[in-house]
Parts: sequence; C-alpha cells; structure tokens
Amino acid sequence: MTETELAKVALGRPDFDVIAGWVQPGERVLDLGCDDGSLLRGLIEARGVLGWGIEIEDGKVLAAIRNGVNVIQGNLEAGLADFEDGAFHHVILSQTLQAMRHTETIVNEMLRVGREAVVSFPNFGYWKHRQAILNGHMPVSESLPHQWYNSPNVRFFTIADFDDFCAERGILVRERKVFDGGREITEEHNFLGSTAVYRLGRAR
Amino acid sequence: MATDNGIGVVEAQRARFDAPFALASGGALPGFELVYETYGKLNAAKNNAILICHALSGHHHVAGYYADDSKNVGWWDNMIGPGRAIDTNRFFVVGLNNLGGCHGSTGPASINPATGRVWGADFPVVTVTDWVNSQALLADHLGIAQWAATAGGSLGGMQAMQWTMQFPERVRHALVIAAAPNLTAENIAFNEVARQAILTDPEYKAGRRPVTGLRLARMLGHITYLSDDQMAEKFGRKRRPGSDSYGFGVEFEIESYLNYQGDKFAEWFDADTYLRMTKALDYFDPAAETDGNLRAALMRAKAKFLVVSFSTDWRFSPERSREIVDALVHNGQDVAYAEIKSVHGHDSFLMPDAHYHAIMRAYLDGVRL
Repeated sequence: MTETELAKVALGRPDFDVIAGWVQPGERVLDLGCDDGSLLRGLIEARGVLGWGIEIEDGKVLAAIRNGVNVIQGNLEAGLADFEDGAFHHVILSQTLQAMRHTETIVNEMLRVGREAVVSFPNFGYWKHRQAILNGHMPVSESLPHQWYNSPNVRFFTIADFDDFCAERGILVRERKVFDGGREITEEHNFLGSTAVYRLGRAR
Repeated sequence: MATDNGIGVVEAQRARFDAPFALASGGALPGFELVYETYGKLNAAKNNAILICHALSGHHHVAGYYADDSKNVGWWDNMIGPGRAIDTNRFFVVGLNNLGGCHGSTGPASINPATGRVWGADFPVVTVTDWVNSQALLADHLGIAQWAATAGGSLGGMQAMQWTMQFPERVRHALVIAAAPNLTAENIAFNEVARQAILTDPEYKAGRRPVTGLRLARMLGHITYLSDDQMAEKFGRKRRPGSDSYGFGVEFEIESYLNYQGDKFAEWFDADTYLRMTKALDYFDPAAETDGNLRAALMRAKAKFLVVSFSTDWRFSPERSREIVDALVHNGQDVAYAEIKSVHGHDSFLMPDAHYHAIMRAYLDGVRL
C-alpha cells in the first residue's frame, strides 16, 4: 500500500489530497503562500502535522487566523532566511510558483529549510491551453482562471519545462501526480494534465 | 468620550498583599497594594480571564470611564468592551497598575512603612519578572488559576510574553503586540537620555518635582513613539500663526505639540516611577537566563502566541517581533504573526485600526473556553 492510499483523506481538492498523502503525522510542515490556511488546516486535522504558513496579503492573513492556523505574515520573494536548514519535513508551495519572480531562489530555499519540497502549479502545456494559443488567445481555464491583463502569474511553464528545470539543478523528482480537474492523469502528462504536484528532494 | 457600546462606568479596586515580596534586585517589599479594574464576568470555570499589561505610562484604567469623570476614558477602550475585539461579553478582563507605578499601586509615592515617610527615590527598582510575580498574586486573589490570555503592547507585550516563561501552566495564550525580546542599544540610549533629563534636574536633586526633567523625558520619548511620515503629515514645517521668527520661542507646530505633551505629562507623572519603568524596559531580556538563546528561553512556554507589529514602528520594529516568531517556530510552538500597515509608529498599538482589531478579534475567537 502506498502512502497516498494509506492517508485516505479528502480535503476537497485533488492536489491537496496528494499532499496530505505525502506528509506524515507529527511532521513539521511549512506552507508558503498559505492563503486562508485551508490546506494547513486540512493537514492538521486529517494528518496531525505541526504546521505553519507564510502569507503576505492582509486579508488572507486574517482569514488564516480565523481558520486557527499558525500564519506568519511575510514576503516569500525575500526568501526564507529566517528559517534554519532542515527546519521542516515538508515545505509546500501550492499553486504559487507561477506567480513568483525569484523561481530558482524559492525552490532552492524550500529544499534548504525542508527535507522535501512539494510544489504544485498549473500546466501551461495542457491541451486546452495549447488550443487557446493556436486559436490566437492566451489560455483561460479552470486551472488558469485569470485573463492576461489581471493574472497574478508571471512565469509561464509546462510540466516538461519544470522537469528540465529540476534535472539541470540536480533536484530529485521523488514523485509526481498530474490531474485534469479532479481526475488523475496516468499518461501524456504534459498534454492531458491541467495541474501537477511534485515531491522534490536533494540527493543526500 | 463615552462611546455607544463601550463597557461604560467602571470602578477601580484595590488588593493588598501582606507577605514580604522578594524582588529581582535582591531587595524585598514588606507587602504591597495593587489597584486594578475588571470588565465582564469571570465564568464558572474561571477560564475566561484576560490580563492586560500596561506600557511605560499606562495604568489600571484600561477601558470604560468613571461615574464622576466621564471624560477619563481607559487607554485601550477602543479595543475592549462588549462586542469589541477583546469582547467583555465573552472574556473577564483585568487591568492593573504595576508595582512601582504612580496611579495607586504601591510605588515611589507610597509610604515606606519602615520610615513612615514617602519612599521617593528609595523605592526599589522593579523588573518585568517582579511585575509578573505580583500579577500572579493578583490572579490568586481573583481566583484565576490560569489566564485565557495575557496581552499588552510595548512594555506590556514584554510582560505578556514573560508570563508564558515564568508561569507556563498559568497562561494559555499570549498576545504580544509592538514588543521585542529585549531592547536594542539604541533603545536603551533613548531611555538613558530620558533618565538623565530627570536625574540632572536640580529640582530632582533637591527632592522636589523635576518638572523640567519630566518634560524633556516625555518630549524625547514622544518623538520615538511617532513615525517620521506621520509627523510630516500631521505637522510638516507648519508654523504657529503669529509666532515670532529668529527667536527661541515655540514657532513650528511640532515644537508646540511636543511642549504641550511634555507639560501635560510633567503635571501628573511621577519622576521616580518614570525612572523605574524605563529601567524595567532596559533590564527585560528573558534570553539572558539561557545564555542569550531566545529559543531556549521560550521553550518553557506552553502558551500559543499572537505576535503583532506595526510597519512604521522603529522603536520596536517588525524585525524584533520576527525574532520572537522565528524562535517559536524553531521550537515547534504555535504562533500567528501579523505586521500591520500603519503610519502611527510605536503608538499604533493604541490606535483603532480596523484590520489590527480584526486580527485581535479573529485570534481571540479561537481561544477555547
């Protein structure tokens, strides 16, 4: 039985459920860009982790405090210098990497302060996104809900791009799950998947 | 100003503690009194009490107003009351005047029973740890075995934090606002200038009220509680209408404001209390007991924390609050941290900012009773 099956949790979102399967009870988890704390709250309740989140927006910090999670207001772009090497078992960046400028810095920092990093992002290579481009428009979909003029996203990359990014930097892809909406994709990930979740590590 | 939905009329109370009270300085007081106020009701389980700790010039009159003086509104009235962020419909709130204060608790203006005369400059120096010990006696007196929360801003935040380390079993949450794990050298330097203003005033040396020294101390302090932006916005380079130029009278609006603040303060504040409050700030350093390791000091705490800082507070900067937060996270302890955008500098913790109050309310909603 895999860890994912063992967890048997349902946090209402497939990427959240995958992440819940990758963390173990009692682990220390840091959720970067934790939004209203929903994922952390789910991981605490379903998996019994010790969790902290970082969030920059006032309204989201307030929502996370209402959710009863340990939220720390701060700027991810400034790095994670306040935290020590290996301070967390898992550092999570859920649907946020594409909205950050310092891509390489944050991935390196995640793997410094965490033993493993968990990254999820919308796949720009998804077939519907490719179709939109072929039709002459920037993609707008469930996983990319914004218009080009109001999108928080600043990095546009595919599953294939992220695989190359990891390979070139010696980052180990320990596991990868790809989804189209709520359905897991088992082949042609970069074409059929709208969202990807990676479990990353460093060779020790 | 009496408000629509505030706590309303309140009354100060007094508690006497007759046993000798040992102090961090090595001395002892032969018993003492604390003046305090309470708002709301202690519930049957006695688990809904919140202690409000005051800052440098604060006191027990935290919320509401007095029947015979409706203009005398508590210093944190905007935060505390029925339906307010610290909701007295749910919590039993206790505010006191600290030992060594000048608002009714035993302090330099009290009679020294050994001599029959006013203590004055002979009153011992008291520390944050002494205050927390005295507050624990007050908790016993009120039948409170464990605070739902300790809370305070600035020096008050230091006490709220100290509680978690000194009596870990007696506090479930600490709301540490605009505070720091200790004072920086710059901060101690400001305090020393303020003290020297008082100590070198000939009136003080002669055993009289050092009005000049107190004025200067307060004027200096006041500058550090505000932000540059706020001063620019509020006063800028504006001049008093009709003021003389090329002299040394009050000319710029900021001069007028500072002089007014100094005068007001010197009328009522006790110089010996001021000296002691600043010394308590300087000495506060819980990590000193653990070789400078704040994490080790905080490891004793069992409470959950809310840490709040303000963007323009340069006297107790957000970075200093982050030191507390980072130590707690390192230890695996529960902490939420908000950095509030505010123009009011260190004084922000007293201001009725909607987001700040929403954060306080949201955190306290999660306190289980």
